[in-house]
Amino acid sequence: MSIDPNASLALELLEVSKQFGAVKANQDINLSVVSGSVHGIIGENGAGKSTLMSIIYGLYQPDKGQIRVNGQAIQLRNPQQAISLGIGMVHQHFMLVETFTALENIILGAEGGALLKTTTATARQQLEQIIARHGLAVPLDIPVAELSVGVQQRIEILKALYRNARILILDEPTGVLTPQEADELFVILRQLTAQGVTVLLITHKLREIMAITDQVSVMRQGRMVAHRKTAETTIAELAELMVGRKVRHTVEYSEVALGTERLRVKDLVVRDASGVERVKKVNFHLNAGEIVGVAGVSGNGQSELLQVLAGIISPTAGEIHYSQHMITPKTPIDAAEVRRWGVAHVPEDRHRMGLVLPFQAYESQILGYQSEPKYNKGLSQNYTAMLNTYAEQAEKFDIRPRSPYLKSASFSGGNQQKIVISREINAEPEVLLVGQPTRGVDIGAIEFIHQQLMELRARGKAILLVSVELDEIISLSDRIIVMCDGMITGEVAREEVNETLLGMLMANATGEQHG
Amino acid sequence: MNDILTFITLALDATLRVATPLILAALAGLFSERSGIVDIGLEGKMLVGAFAAGAVAYWTGSAWLGLGAAMLASMGFALLHGLACITYQGNQVVSGVAINILASGLTTILGLAWFHQGGSTPPLVGAQRFNDITLPGADALKSVPVLGDFYANVLSGHNILVYIALLLVPFCAWVLYKTRFGLRIRAVGENPKAVDTAGVSVALLRYRAVLIAGALCGIAGAYLSTAQNAQFIRDMTAGQGFMALAALIFAKWRPWPILAAALLFGFLDALAIRMQGVSLPLIGQVPVQLIESLPYILTVVLLAGFIGKAMPPKALGLPYLKEQR
Repeated sequence: MSIDPNASLALELLEVSKQFGAVKANQDINLSVVSGSVHGIIGENGAGKSTLMSIIYGLYQPDKGQIRVNGQAIQLRNPQQAISLGIGMVHQHFMLVETFTALENIILGAEGGALLKTTTATARQQLEQIIARHGLAVPLDIPVAELSVGVQQRIEILKALYRNARILILDEPTGVLTPQEADELFVILRQLTAQGVTVLLITHKLREIMAITDQVSVMRQGRMVAHRKTAETTIAELAELMVGRKVRHTVEYSEVALGTERLRVKDLVVRDASGVERVKKVNFHLNAGEIVGVAGVSGNGQSELLQVLAGIISPTAGEIHYSQHMITPKTPIDAAEVRRWGVAHVPEDRHRMGLVLPFQAYESQILGYQSEPKYNKGLSQNYTAMLNTYAEQAEKFDIRPRSPYLKSASFSGGNQQKIVISREINAEPEVLLVGQPTRGVDIGAIEFIHQQLMELRARGKAILLVSVELDEIISLSDRIIVMCDGMITGEVAREEVNETLLGMLMANATGEQHG
Repeated sequence: MNDILTFITLALDATLRVATPLILAALAGLFSERSGIVDIGLEGKMLVGAFAAGAVAYWTGSAWLGLGAAMLASMGFALLHGLACITYQGNQVVSGVAINILASGLTTILGLAWFHQGGSTPPLVGAQRFNDITLPGADALKSVPVLGDFYANVLSGHNILVYIALLLVPFCAWVLYKTRFGLRIRAVGENPKAVDTAGVSVALLRYRAVLIAGALCGIAGAYLSTAQNAQFIRDMTAGQGFMALAALIFAKWRPWPILAAALLFGFLDALAIRMQGVSLPLIGQVPVQLIESLPYILTVVLLAGFIGKAMPPKALGLPYLKEQR
């Protein structure tokens, strides 16, 4: 253990274990968190980070082991108790009521009296003090839905501080932020620790760990595998500890000759059901043999762009050309027709659009292609052919478990994604539209999926990659388009890419607007 | 001129009478739905309340005991709905429909078994009913034109439940917007997870909301059998629970607009009664059925675009499942 024996500990876990059925989610976890430090917990999806945090926050009770807060052994039965002990949590998905103002959200559950009038007055006073002390600028009287994600996150932090949190747990806090917003968050965290608050940061992003933490603990398969002082470790070492083997962190990039144009988008406008313009006069093109990345903070029109390109929703204005085929506002919506043009689509949300969760794996494996002659025999589906395809793809993509009869919902995120991606790649499309290919996917599978995309590119296919993971966009793309508020705010060639520039474009801070 | 004034006065007077159960039931729906529980069962709970009030008032001779029984019976049904929707996380619409069917069948059978009057309860007289009361100063102000006339002939002369219903509107608005309980109810209907992580029980909140809905439906039911009428009659709610639901949606789940919507629907209903046999110039006799169906047509047409999109509480109809492994 690399912790100064004289340091006072805000939180200590001793031999904590938790089992769900046959799954050992946490095994003999030991953890010491120094008061006033930023302590990172890193691990792949399913490593047991969330379970551990839920135990610390009182949502789950450990089967065995001890938890100590400020040196005192405690039993946590529910979150209220954790809150009263000064433990606060900022969840990955914010726990905010969107129609409420910040003030209402913060006092919810900690109102004091039965009448709101007196509570709000005192709460407002207290909050203004906290805001001033920690530099957490938040407008208190605007409905949360109208505030940016960065501000919403600050409200969550305020919520914890208002409840006198001295230990703040942040679960994947930067997933929804621009790099600049993330930097702002880190400044806030630093200010908090300067005031004696202890921060527990859960993340799968190694760079964040390096940027902000003092100590880092690595989890793998339910166990705590290492504790390090951040200053004494490297990204490569942490990655290896997380995965349990050496990881090639960058994909091999090779030159591929540009082919003919596969996709051209002209003045594309998309309005959603409530009439809001989500995509505003977008123009770009995509050639065979290249990957074009679409970067941007989530919710800036990328989803709608992807859906309109896949033929799931109709454009409001403009044209989409796939070689000799065209989609205009007058074209009837027909995603199946778009598929027949050689356009495959890996949707952003595999649970909602990519898979039918109760379907068995071999059924999900041919979803969208079920009408093809080879999967049909007279009136019924050709089950032999379906099973064969699954067996072949499961082998090729190392989908685990191999069982074709397992429900899609029972696979891990990474394997579900492999089912979707293998299905779309297997269709040998000329154009592949990919949304968030590695969201909720563990490092090992990420590496594999990236390789597959590069291989497809090497075979002369055109790929449009939409992702909120900047690292992914940067390492895979030949060109990067940045979207902000439905507009393309910039296009950057691979050679000119740097994160600051992308961040500025993502926030549309350069002031320029490209067509 | 006087004829028209009398016509209007009478129509407004009838409006209040007809609107009262709508106000009460819509407020019931307000609590339930603001907490995230769909309440198709307003109709059934009113019916059960009406039956309990009619029966108990007849047995005990007290309208007030009848009212208490109505509230309890209706809350019992609300609890059943709560059990199905909150504890067992069932489909809320199906549960509501079941409540309606059960209420209709049970009141009929019990009515037949206990009173042998074709499913009705015996007629109520005197203190077995809520009788009309004259508001103070009504007689003195009668002669003042328009305002005095309105006070004496429209506002005054109703039974106590009408006034209770009217007073419940500001009261419910106050509870919903100015109290801790109201804040939590509104929160749990929008984002139950936020409430849960704030350390407040989602289930308990929703049970309380559903029980309040039961109590209010009970008052609405008692009004039907012991105030507006003088006995319980089979299926006497006749769709008023659904009308209240329409008023609730029409009002976009807000208390004051509920009052407005209920009064509008009540006015149309009163008009339908007044218009019977009256022939209008140029148009001739308007079919009563047309006017009677106006509230429904109005709801559909207005919701279809004129008042903008009805934005229900975000978590409405969704059972709350704690994340589990």
